[in-house]
Amino acid sequence: MWAHSRGGLELLFGSVKCHEVDLDSNEITVEKLLVWIRENLLKERQEMFLKGKSVRPGVLVLINDYDWELMGHLEAPIKDKDSVVFISTLHGG
Amino acid sequence: MVRQCEHCGERRQALRRPKTGHKVCRECFFQLLEDEVHETITQNQLFKKGERVAMAASGGKDSTVLAHILSELNTRHDYGLDLFLLSIDEGISGYRDDSLETVKRNEVQYGIPLKVLSYKELYGWTMDEIVKEIGRKNNCTFCGVFRRQALDRGAALMKADKMATGHNADDMAETILLNLLRGDIARLSRCTAIMTGEEGALPRCKPFKYTYEKEIVMYAYFKKLDYFSTECIYSPNAYRGYARDFIKDLEAIRPRAIVDIIKSGEDFRISSTARMPVQGVCSRCGYISSQKLCKACVLLDGLNRGLPRLGISRTRGIKSTNGVADIDEKSAVAGAVGNGFSKKLSLEF
Repeated sequence: MWAHSRGGLELLFGSVKCHEVDLDSNEITVEKLLVWIRENLLKERQEMFLKGKSVRPGVLVLINDYDWELMGHLEAPIKDKDSVVFISTLHGG
Repeated sequence: MVRQCEHCGERRQALRRPKTGHKVCRECFFQLLEDEVHETITQNQLFKKGERVAMAASGGKDSTVLAHILSELNTRHDYGLDLFLLSIDEGISGYRDDSLETVKRNEVQYGIPLKVLSYKELYGWTMDEIVKEIGRKNNCTFCGVFRRQALDRGAALMKADKMATGHNADDMAETILLNLLRGDIARLSRCTAIMTGEEGALPRCKPFKYTYEKEIVMYAYFKKLDYFSTECIYSPNAYRGYARDFIKDLEAIRPRAIVDIIKSGEDFRISSTARMPVQGVCSRCGYISSQKLCKACVLLDGLNRGLPRLGISRTRGIKSTNGVADIDEKSAVAGAVGNGFSKKLSLEF
């Protein structure tokens, strides 16, 4: 699968916008993905991206370009070849 | 698990709308959002036919989506507006130069003329130079005060009748909360106005007053609009940051919180015992001000005299009442400035 970051979030990931992630099972949840991201990708200032088990409020999550709120938030399933996009809304406009 | 759009019943749901909870497809989302902005514009009579309208453009998400939607609606509903983009170059290297490139691309993409005005031209100082003088603690005060005036001056220079800004519902809720937290009753009472400065030469309006930030960002993402999203390199306004996080936390639990805060703000009735500042004009530059000198002139005075803290710290002898930077300027910090009004508030709902 692919994880993308937008809206300034890429700065937390060493300015890399797209990451290819190999899943070790057929299907995981967003919650598990976030744990993996925290342990493997997040280079600095975790609090800008995560809060508790979830993303920081104000960070939008899309799975294959669909709002994760339609798919159960943290419980939303992610499969191989899926694309997950994180967009921060927390900056000036 | 794929569900149909609750509006058209045909296409696949793409997002959940925060204000209503409706789950809609992309196409319906675009249509509904644009219709709502159109409704806000017509119900509040934000524009008159033939007006020349400056769209404040920072290159960020809000102003980019505003430029896109407003030019679209102008054609679709025959508003008859003469639109142009107005940008301010604060002179912050590594931040504004990049975002200005975005605005320049918008100029081409939307076919709307662009005017860029710099702090250097207007005030003789770039923000980088100001930060060298003042340090990083209070620089947002300068920037906020200067930007507001710069936009007005630029719009006047371009003979605009009105200015439209991209302030969204989240910004509005945040500002209401901040004014409440600061006890700034004068601003609390006027910050919810969708149109300000109607008595002056250049009214300002906020077509996105009821539009959620989430939807603005989703709109920009789905439409692949070109916007710039790096935070200013100078220190962010911490107090506003807390208010922002608080509102986002509330929204996560109950998305309607944002429109409800706006509703509360609109319905406040300020008691007549609260003394309101009298608006006049600055004796030096003629800009609207409740003091003899406007805030920008006081700040500029300090800079040019080598006393950059003038107008920022609470000083005897210098009235630091601030009637210039209206609360809706996102980065205008007035927290450090005493506001001299008697603070009696009575609330009626």
